[in-house]
Amino acid sequence: MGNIQNLSRRNVLKGMAASRLLLGANVAAWLPVSQAAAAPASFAPNLFVAVAPSGQVTIVVSRSEMGTGIRTSLAMVLADELDADWRSIKVEQAQGDAKYGDQNTDGSKSVRLLLNTMREAGATARLMLVNAAAQRWRVAPSACRTEAGAVVLGAAGKRLSYGELAEAAAKLPVPPAGSVRLKERAAWRYIGKPLPIIDLDDIVHGSAVYGIDVVLPGMKQASIERPPSYGGRVKSFDATDAMKVPGVERVVEIPASPMPSGFLPLGGVAVIASNTWAAIQGRQKLHIVWEPGPNADYDTTSYRAALEATARQPGKVARNNGDVDHAMQAASKRISADYFVPHLAHAMMEPECSTAEFADGACTVWTATQNPQQARTTVAQFLGIEQSAVTVNITLLGGGFGRKSKPDYVAEAAFLARAVGAPVKVTWTREDDIAHDYFHAIAAQHLEAGLDANGKPTAWLHRTVFPSIGSTFTANTVYGAAGELSQGVVDMPFDIPNVRCENGPAEAHVRIGWYRSVYNIPHAFAVGSFVDELAASAGKDPVQYLLSLLGAPRKLDPHLLGSEYANYGASLDEYPIDIARMRNVVLLAAARSGWGSKLPARHGRGIAVHRSFLTYVAAVAQVAVAEDGTVSVPRIDLAVDCGMVVNPDRVAAQFEGAAIMSLGNALYSSVTFKAGRTEQSNFGDYQVARIDATPETHVYVVRSDAPPAGVGEPGVPPVSAAICNAIFQAVGHRVRALPVDQAELKAA
Amino acid sequence: MPDLTVNGTTHSVDADPTMPLLWVLRDLLGLRGTKFGCGIGACGACTVHLDGEAVRACVTTVQDAVGKQVLTIEGLGMHGEHPVQRAWKAANVPQCGYCQPGQIMQAAALLKQTPKPTDQQIVDAMSGNICRCGTYQRIKAAIRAASTEAA
Repeated sequence: MGNIQNLSRRNVLKGMAASRLLLGANVAAWLPVSQAAAAPASFAPNLFVAVAPSGQVTIVVSRSEMGTGIRTSLAMVLADELDADWRSIKVEQAQGDAKYGDQNTDGSKSVRLLLNTMREAGATARLMLVNAAAQRWRVAPSACRTEAGAVVLGAAGKRLSYGELAEAAAKLPVPPAGSVRLKERAAWRYIGKPLPIIDLDDIVHGSAVYGIDVVLPGMKQASIERPPSYGGRVKSFDATDAMKVPGVERVVEIPASPMPSGFLPLGGVAVIASNTWAAIQGRQKLHIVWEPGPNADYDTTSYRAALEATARQPGKVARNNGDVDHAMQAASKRISADYFVPHLAHAMMEPECSTAEFADGACTVWTATQNPQQARTTVAQFLGIEQSAVTVNITLLGGGFGRKSKPDYVAEAAFLARAVGAPVKVTWTREDDIAHDYFHAIAAQHLEAGLDANGKPTAWLHRTVFPSIGSTFTANTVYGAAGELSQGVVDMPFDIPNVRCENGPAEAHVRIGWYRSVYNIPHAFAVGSFVDELAASAGKDPVQYLLSLLGAPRKLDPHLLGSEYANYGASLDEYPIDIARMRNVVLLAAARSGWGSKLPARHGRGIAVHRSFLTYVAAVAQVAVAEDGTVSVPRIDLAVDCGMVVNPDRVAAQFEGAAIMSLGNALYSSVTFKAGRTEQSNFGDYQVARIDATPETHVYVVRSDAPPAGVGEPGVPPVSAAICNAIFQAVGHRVRALPVDQAELKAA
Repeated sequence: MPDLTVNGTTHSVDADPTMPLLWVLRDLLGLRGTKFGCGIGACGACTVHLDGEAVRACVTTVQDAVGKQVLTIEGLGMHGEHPVQRAWKAANVPQCGYCQPGQIMQAAALLKQTPKPTDQQIVDAMSGNICRCGTYQRIKAAIRAASTEAA
């Protein structure tokens, strides 16, 4: 074990030295802090911070940077408690290692999970530097204070920089965890300030290093032809023509993984070449005979019809309050509606990419991954080696949105590096990315309400049917997991006495995966739309109706939600479902959006509210529907309560971006299948939001002392419903399926 | 294969003449600021300048670039940071940042041809460049700011 560790460390160093030569200073970001700490006289009291005699402060960020600004935000938190000078900060990206705790950058939880850890790490280092200075000056530590990278003895006007104290501090005992006092909010130096991201300069000059940019000496490029439908495998292949392409050096078969394949590669045939273009060209010359596998008939048209039929039948009960059947019968009016959301592809701008080197029984990878520890596990599993023999270095991610939590592409590179005996980079083409995604689930839903004479619901029935993400990992999974049904189904917040939520079975025929905000996408669309339908049926203003449905400010009784409510892994004591906060964002969004003011003909406003990832978001969309049916969205207002905020500019940016992604989901994006294959292949036919669809977006963040909640995902769910509700206001047409069929909105 | 001039430096390139400029830049010349996004000219991540015009390097063959001046993101700020880069930083445009070199090159080409673009001209020029993080609002603001600064 020790030997293997040492071996892999040596490989890292070898790779580092070599790649730094080729790539310039950026690669230094991969130096683990243990190496920074090993530098003479530097001070590294814990995993997350090291102070060098030069005064440079190295902060280790264990979460992946895919655009949320997390490398900056976590560094801000630690630097704040350390009282470091921001200009002295260098951020290092941690390798994938369980010693860092949870590194799966997913579920909008990095700040929530690491806020206290980073604060304590910084405060501990600060305390030790203060103690070192106090010893030097022979004064009590309490006589000293700190300011931007130095300890100061006020009365004597003495000052020692952190760099000057590093060697002495390194010799002091580390105070026990939990014994260090944290700053009061009023003393925060960086937390709550809109600092620019630390990678900004590299990004605008093109020197930022993503997964696709890693280069190792002697590295080969690989392009892989994978089975056309999920579960297919190579029967035979002829590589003669591929090998004739100049630059092509090898053709290697990658074995298919047992179904369901989980995080493991799909298998296929890889063309190895001296450059990426040759690999892609060679691949097109492969002649492969495929074993079609069990999903070669997958057709989303018939699948949708089957989901919709299931949604008309009773399902497995996930929440049950009162007596819905009785209340429905007693209601003065009953309303029902069916909603549909298609498969989506993540289509982050940097496709799946990984580079690997295999030597002396150990594998080192450099990749853009959200989930470095899973990458390590998956590589070890696929190669049949010990996890300790796998080192995972993490680059910047050119987007992730959940796709880069699944390290199938990392294992492909590792397999090929071992097979070829040279470093290999695997680059997925955009066509690969769309054809072989872990798709966002297609979903059909049925909603039904019984209304009293005032139009207020006395009964609520919500049935949802979708292939579960669990199906990607466990055979015969047909029902949604509790966590999936906790995303906008059982956590329905409205004050309705009789509620039943059901989930019908659905078999998966593709890999289903999480996509930014996950099952909140279909559920917030359906619930947010249905509530608006109820308001219209009652003849009430949608904002007023929404507030009356939310009811009195209160914390939702968790017993109503059933025992399996997941609450994003957080405690309901710390993160209750707080109706007061939900009402507040509704009122804020309505007020700021100009709700109620007159709009031109065929324009409309719509509202929706949703709590996800412990954050409350209300969205008001303003739409214009042209005579030909074309929908444009001139403005979106988002009111957000995500608890305390580390970097307000990055929070605003996440919500601005979420609005765009949700707008794209609502108006353009859809993946359909025929004969087991996607009918879309690239950005020509997989449509996403572009700059011409961009609304004027306003984000209002509620000032809050509540514990930090999610930021990356919760902006997505309510926007699509808000847009469709606005379409109803504009032209009186109710959208119940996404993406919006704009031809249906033509003026009569 | 005749020589290729990139960012003012002439390189002798040993490549199939039909190889896209993108892969010549990235794999053969080590200029990896120009990004791969789609390979069909539909996303703009690989935007570079060819004699001052924005082109998609993924659908421009290297032979089409021979004899012309190729400018990449690495060369844009060679003589001091370009106004577009400064504006991008001031507006904190990037999120993941992957598409931004292409966005910046497209914006720089726009402002070279149309120093004072209208909002519609900005949208028209930039609608071939996809950003999945959705930074478009700040891209618009940064281009407006850069156009004012350049004036």
